[in-house]
Amino acid sequence: MADISANFLGIKSPNPYWLASAPPTDKKYNVLRAFEAGWGGVVWKTLGSQVKNVSSRYSAVNFNNTRVMGFNNIELISDRPLDINLKEIEECVRLFPDRAMIVSLMADNSREKWHELIKQVEDTGAHGLELNFGCPHGMTERGMGATVGQDPAIAKMVVEWVMEAAHIPVITKLTPNVHSVVPTGKACVEGGTSALSLINTIQSVTGIDLDTFVPNPYVAGKSVFGGYCGPAVKPIALKMLATISQDETTRKVPISGIGGISTWKDAAEFMLLGATTVQVCTAAMKYGFRIIEDMCDGLNNWMDEKGFKTIDDFVGKSVSTLTHWEDLDINYHHVANINQDKCIHCGLCYIACEDASHQSISLTYGKPYNTYAIKEEECVGCNLCQLICPVEDCITMVVQRKGDDYLNWKEFQERGLPLNDH
Amino acid sequence: MSISNNRLPAEEFEKNFSDIHPPFETKEAALVEANRCLFCYDAPCTKSCPTGINVPKFIKQITTDNIKGSATTIFLSNIFGGGCSRVCPVEKLCEGACVFNLMHEQPIAIAKLQRYSTEDAIEDKWKLFERKPSTGKKVAVVGAGPAGLSCAHVLSREGIDITVFEKESKGGGLMTYGIAAYKVTPEFCNDEVDFITSLGGIEIKYNHELGKDISLEQLQQQYDAVFLGIGVGLANQLNIPGEDLAGVEDAIDFIYHIRDKGYSNVPVGDRVIVIGMGMTAIDAATQAKRLGAKEVTMVYRRSESEKGCTQVELDIARLDGCKIVWLAAPKEIVGNDGKLTALVCDVMKLGAPDYSGKPAPIPTGDTITIEADMVIKATGQKPFEDLVSYYGLENKKGKILSKENHATNLSKIFAGGDCVNGGKEVVDAVQAGKEAAAAIIQHLTPAFSKGEGAEQNAMSVITASTVDRDSSPLSFGEGQG
Ligand SMILES: Cc1cc2nc3c(=O)[nH]c(=O)nc-3n(C[C@H](O)[C@H](O)[C@H](O)COP(=O)(O)OP(=O)(O)OC[C@H]3O[C@@H](n4cnc5c(N)ncnc54)[C@H](O)[C@@H]3O)c2cc1C
Ligand SMILES: Cc1cc2nc3c(=O)[nH]c(=O)nc-3n(C[C@H](O)[C@H](O)[C@H](O)COP(=O)(O)O)c2cc1C
Ligand code: SF4
Ligand code: SF4
Ligand code: SF4
Repeated sequence: MADISANFLGIKSPNPYWLASAPPTDKKYNVLRAFEAGWGGVVWKTLGSQVKNVSSRYSAVNFNNTRVMGFNNIELISDRPLDINLKEIEECVRLFPDRAMIVSLMADNSREKWHELIKQVEDTGAHGLELNFGCPHGMTERGMGATVGQDPAIAKMVVEWVMEAAHIPVITKLTPNVHSVVPTGKACVEGGTSALSLINTIQSVTGIDLDTFVPNPYVAGKSVFGGYCGPAVKPIALKMLATISQDETTRKVPISGIGGISTWKDAAEFMLLGATTVQVCTAAMKYGFRIIEDMCDGLNNWMDEKGFKTIDDFVGKSVSTLTHWEDLDINYHHVANINQDKCIHCGLCYIACEDASHQSISLTYGKPYNTYAIKEEECVGCNLCQLICPVEDCITMVVQRKGDDYLNWKEFQERGLPLNDH
Repeated sequence: MSISNNRLPAEEFEKNFSDIHPPFETKEAALVEANRCLFCYDAPCTKSCPTGINVPKFIKQITTDNIKGSATTIFLSNIFGGGCSRVCPVEKLCEGACVFNLMHEQPIAIAKLQRYSTEDAIEDKWKLFERKPSTGKKVAVVGAGPAGLSCAHVLSREGIDITVFEKESKGGGLMTYGIAAYKVTPEFCNDEVDFITSLGGIEIKYNHELGKDISLEQLQQQYDAVFLGIGVGLANQLNIPGEDLAGVEDAIDFIYHIRDKGYSNVPVGDRVIVIGMGMTAIDAATQAKRLGAKEVTMVYRRSESEKGCTQVELDIARLDGCKIVWLAAPKEIVGNDGKLTALVCDVMKLGAPDYSGKPAPIPTGDTITIEADMVIKATGQKPFEDLVSYYGLENKKGKILSKENHATNLSKIFAGGDCVNGGKEVVDAVQAGKEAAAAIIQHLTPAFSKGEGAEQNAMSVITASTVDRDSSPLSFGEGQG
């Protein structure tokens, strides 16, 4: 059995799974249930000045039969009284000393307010702080959340205030509502943050009711831009994480990865791109805390299979494989191949290649089943058909290199090699 | 042993004759199924539907909440799409070809989804089609069955005024008078006919029989064209001794009475024998059982592999507790006091294939005797040979001979459906009606018959524009046979 425990700046947890700062972590009742279910840690729902929420608060994007492919919210930070939150945090730390307790913070915009809040939270025995520079709705109108995270100079200043007062590790949570997360990430590291986490939610409009013409979520005939998360945002989160792992400055601090993680596989991918721990919100909101069981079990089995003893054996392992387009090997070529024994003659590969790719699949009429075959000399190896085929491993890509040696685009041009002629 | 009616309490009749293919109970259930469909290209299911319904399209339209569009997609290809969703032997048509079968998975419930999309449209008479302005042309249709009404609907859409002559007092043909009550209800059949005629331009003259109330010459004179969709009517005789004994019944009459008189008023025996193994035989046997017969035995002169019904239907009969005797050919019905008491059969074995291509049953010399108080004959129907011969229509044993475009040897007279094919399914009759309508339009409309591509133009009225046609240009025409 592999060891899946995590050590994040000395904050230990029996597994790398933390619940992200959100409704599942906003009170003792939930957090104790989460710890009982097996979660490695929590980031307590963001504390700060007193707010009040509206209803409704959520909306979602469904795709075919899958509900909540993407999830959207217009909630603010914790709307419970600060003293109750602090008392409950203390109790949770005492009852589950082996789990990570991070507390998310968003103070009003002054050094004193931040210092005051940090002192109160540290008194609870929490193990770390997370600075919420990411909330994209509501709080921004008051100059907080993403407003801080979108301006590297302000972010750096706030981090500096925090570091003056903090005695426990500080994680800065980045907003994805920027062209690149690197400038803010760099500024925060320069400001002294001990670690980074990303992503927070992405500004969105999930849909519009075609009867009332009002976007959702619906609040008395109006709506506002919300924050988008869940499986739909995972590819974006992974890309942003990768840029933080690549940058010389930001890659020096540990990273907690967030955004659309629902399974151990998602988690492993975040870790391969540099996350030491991962945080989960939407999946827990959709299915409850019980998903942690397979998240641990699956990760463990995969690590055993790959021969990884601890998570350090693979954290960041994939970062170096992301390169520049210009460094890709043009001599690498593969073509699609259809396994006729598996093919169910649905024609989806054919119409995709015909209408959207390179007309590289032939159709031989049959009643009721047509036969489809790849025209190898036409196939550009784009993968479209393979992605679309509903039968596992029916279409495979077969390597047919154009040359033995590595050849990049620059070299290709220098040698004056021929471009496509049709 | 006796033949009597009212054998079961009312609730039991209701249960026994309730819908054999119940609809989806909720929208969610329909969506789960609809979303399973892969949206195949040049889809095998469409190619296996004799009317070429664009199945992936109508299913996709369910998932986008476009039920109106979904219903239109279905009705454009098959105006009996609602009825067909209840009576088609889908396991050998669309669903039998669904690609999921090739993954050994349940095929998409195409018929059930088709019912989902058409149910409200029929009940509430949605206005899905607009008639073109009247062309002043008039066409007579004989027979308000699937073939006749399908032809009438296409023609009326094109602005041709239609008069339908129907000998019975209700429309729908065998859909109304023949098909088992647990597949379609009389109310549904009524609704379906009303839905079809709600287009306008179609007048049905009930109780008007060709050959009795009107003649073919009159129709030829008064109309620009005539379509014959008179079906097949008379039951084949067994031609064995004892056929006239009391208790010997024709399956079509028996089934019709169930529909017409109400379950409790149809007499059935204690021990019933059904002769035949086609769809009609299955319907008669299962319904006899459901009316309360104690024992139902089906006898068939060939073996299971030559049966005319599908496996699904045979399973229904077996589940209903019907006994089956294969390789038994009726030889004589014996009786007492004018009432039948037993059926004597020759025990057969299979020989070389006969004219039908199936192995010929040959008597072994042995016989068996099965006691019974009722014998239901379901050995097929005979076309109206006398009627068609009388008018000089070329025919083969009463089956009207028609050319590829459904024209007969007589001028202006077209024909299609059971009266031409000798008795297939509703869906085949609908397609024949559609094709004949295209041929009639070509015959009537100069614009369609001049210049190149005239045929394609005429055909376009019966081909949903979005049907993938590159591999099968006249895809609507395939699937017969
Ligand atoms: C018992 C039974 C069960 C069946 N079950 C199924 C099933 O489950 N699924 C399926 O798809 N098919 C089934 N069929 C077959 C199906 O009913 C027929 O293939 C279909 O109805 C043929 O349509 P049609 O329009 O050609 O003929 P019909 O439906 O027979 O319509 C012919 C119409 O013409 C009228 N007519 C006849 N002669 C004249 C005249 N001289 N003047 C005026 N009108 C006239 C008739 O009254 C009738 O209304 C079944 C058939 C039977 C007998
Ligand atoms: C209802 C809701 C409330 C949230 N509240 C906070 C919050 O108070 N502080 C914070 O830093 N992030 C908050 N988030 C963002 C999540 O912590 C997380 O970054 C985001 O949902 C992406 O992860 P996921 O795809 O696993 O949901 C909230 C998210 C949701 C859905
Ligand atoms: S890989 Fe791309 S080009 Fe090749 S057959 Fe598939 S879809 Fe066509
Ligand atoms: S997509 Fe796959 S299953 Fe469908 S026709 Fe192409 S190869 Fe066959
Ligand atoms: S064959 Fe099956 S999966 Fe494919 S379009 Fe038809 S119903 Fe859908």
